[in-house]
Amino acid sequence: MSQHPTTYVPKSAFGKWFESRLPIAGLVHSSFIAFPVPRNLNYFWTFGAILVFMLISQIVTGVFLAMYYAPNASMAFQSVEHIMRDVNYGWLLRYLHANGASMFFVAVYIHIFRGLYYGSYKAPREILWILGVIIYGLMMATAFMGYVLPWGQMSYWGATVITNILAAIPVIGDTIQSLLWGGYSVGNPTLNRFFSIHYLLPFMIFGVVILHVWALHVPGQNNPTGVPIKSGKDAVPFTPYATIKDVFATVVFLIFFAYFVFYIPNFMGHADNYVPANPSVTPAHIVPEWYFLPFYAILRAIPDKLGGVIAMFASIAVLAFVPWLDTSRVRSTAYRPLYKQFFWILVADAVLLGWLGAKPPEGWYVIVSQVATAYYFIHFLVILPVLGFVERPLPLPNSILESVMGSKKHGAGMPAGANAEPQSKG
Amino acid sequence: MIKRTLLIAAAILGFSAPVLSAEGTPVPPQLKWSFHGPFGTFDRAQLQRGFKVYREVCASCHGLSYVAFRNLSEPGGPQFSEAQVRALAAEYTIKDGPNDAGDMFDRPGRAADRFPSPFPNENAAAAANGGKAPPDLSLMAKARTYERGFPWFVIDMFTQFAETGPDYVAAILNGYKEPPSGFNLPEGGHYNEYFPGHIIAMPKPLSDGQVEYPKLESGQPQVPETVDQYARDLTAFLMWTAEPHLEARKRLGLQAILFLILLSGLLYFTKKKVWARVGHSDTAPAATFLPD
Repeated sequence: MSQHPTTYVPKSAFGKWFESRLPIAGLVHSSFIAFPVPRNLNYFWTFGAILVFMLISQIVTGVFLAMYYAPNASMAFQSVEHIMRDVNYGWLLRYLHANGASMFFVAVYIHIFRGLYYGSYKAPREILWILGVIIYGLMMATAFMGYVLPWGQMSYWGATVITNILAAIPVIGDTIQSLLWGGYSVGNPTLNRFFSIHYLLPFMIFGVVILHVWALHVPGQNNPTGVPIKSGKDAVPFTPYATIKDVFATVVFLIFFAYFVFYIPNFMGHADNYVPANPSVTPAHIVPEWYFLPFYAILRAIPDKLGGVIAMFASIAVLAFVPWLDTSRVRSTAYRPLYKQFFWILVADAVLLGWLGAKPPEGWYVIVSQVATAYYFIHFLVILPVLGFVERPLPLPNSILESVMGSKKHGAGMPAGANAEPQSKG
Repeated sequence: MIKRTLLIAAAILGFSAPVLSAEGTPVPPQLKWSFHGPFGTFDRAQLQRGFKVYREVCASCHGLSYVAFRNLSEPGGPQFSEAQVRALAAEYTIKDGPNDAGDMFDRPGRAADRFPSPFPNENAAAAANGGKAPPDLSLMAKARTYERGFPWFVIDMFTQFAETGPDYVAAILNGYKEPPSGFNLPEGGHYNEYFPGHIIAMPKPLSDGQVEYPKLESGQPQVPETVDQYARDLTAFLMWTAEPHLEARKRLGLQAILFLILLSGLLYFTKKKVWARVGHSDTAPAATFLPD
């Protein structure tokens, strides 16, 4: 929490009594009611709240699903069908949970790319950013294990492919693999322990999220200009301004979520996962869920097994170093016209890698994957450091207030000049 | 400029979407299904005809083990009467036990029972069918698909096209043809136009006039007794077995989304009202304290 003394004074006698024993009301007040929030935040800043909502949604639907799910290879598939057919609103729980995972990743990718665009990872928010990378890694582990649980063809074979590549890790690879498998291949022990860990990890995510919000509240939020809050006029109190905006954005996101759950609930899934797992029959194309596709493409782009594993993990790990890889003195890409183009090329590269991840590793898909993978690393390891030195950024506004109000010479057709473009409010 | 180049590249990639799927198998024709779209529902009569086709043609080899007899009388499905369902269940013999003497015994089926499989186990099923067990059909309409490719998988999100499975199943049932000259058809295999690789283990299951459909007063059948009609009715039935709560799902979805749209509208105007206090001036309600 921030180092300011709380200004919260409880009104009731009970409130005073409780607050002197556990000052949680003061904590909530200073963090989420009085907390100063830049007044120029756009809707990309609502995705933190959306993510918290999705985490709670996944935990709640998951806990109820776990009341009916059987984590045993002979019963898992049938128990999921039992949920879908016999449990009251079981179909809704299942579709909320499966599509919720996809929504969770939609939101987290928007959240991450918002951070990359506006330089939210730069000092003093480096630890905040690294905690975010840790949350992302935990999410990926949770989602991977969760997908195994229905014990369909894609569950079983996706688990087989990914746990097999771990053997490539020198020295400890075989041990990790046996620990994950609980045997000599993916089987019932694997399913059972994946269920246990899948239930555990979201609560670890919750803990790291608390650290993440704590780390955020020390410097406060970044904003689209990258210029920090300098006076009270740059900011608004969290409640009601950010609160109402977050609630509104979350409900709009829920419309998007509900559209998938109720009308196209199997759109993001794979038909093969409605076939019970069969170790003797390999599906024609083994693909992970869409949110893993870029990393799957990177894994398969490198012809060497260990090289592929290293590249895949490195593509996530490189994110942790971004605060130090980016040498620019200017935070926000809004004032970095040259980097802006490279940012969008990165987005296109990520989408291309995702598309390639679903393609069979044959023909010209292979060379394009290799080029796209190389470009991904070049962006972080070469472009990001070099551009900070080479680029001439646009002049920053003197304050958030100034950027919101617009320059004194405000008028149509005026070049950017000494003052930045006025930002739309709210 | 770069964004424009990327857009053009995407358009070129999109228009090169193949008419053939990855393996060169033709794409199943898109059929009209009553359950498609946000207001889609099952056609009760079609589901009942489809069940008749399943019973008379498919049930000798294919199980339906996730479906219980009682599902046939529940809302959203074929909606047979409870008496009909009890009579149907009683026609089946269910293995039950052990009884108090410790013996397994046979008894007539009850509404609560699931459809028994035609074979006692997978090995028996495979042995009786040339080495491959005929798959259970409960989920078949969701367990099959074909690749749509870009840009179709984006367009499908908006048109709510979720019927790749039923289209594929109906295409397989309709797709039995004489192999083209020079095609090498192995022993026990049958040529099917839409099956990937064109060699399917299942022999042609449907023929014209094979299943008798209910007649109208005039003596004419409700719908033509053709392979195409059997395929559609059976596929619609299989879509119900795969997704029995489809109608309830779409109905609840309409209510949920209308509610959320209303709520988001109210929240939008509330947000605007709240933020109206923060104008384009320096009289914003200042934060009471600043971060370090």
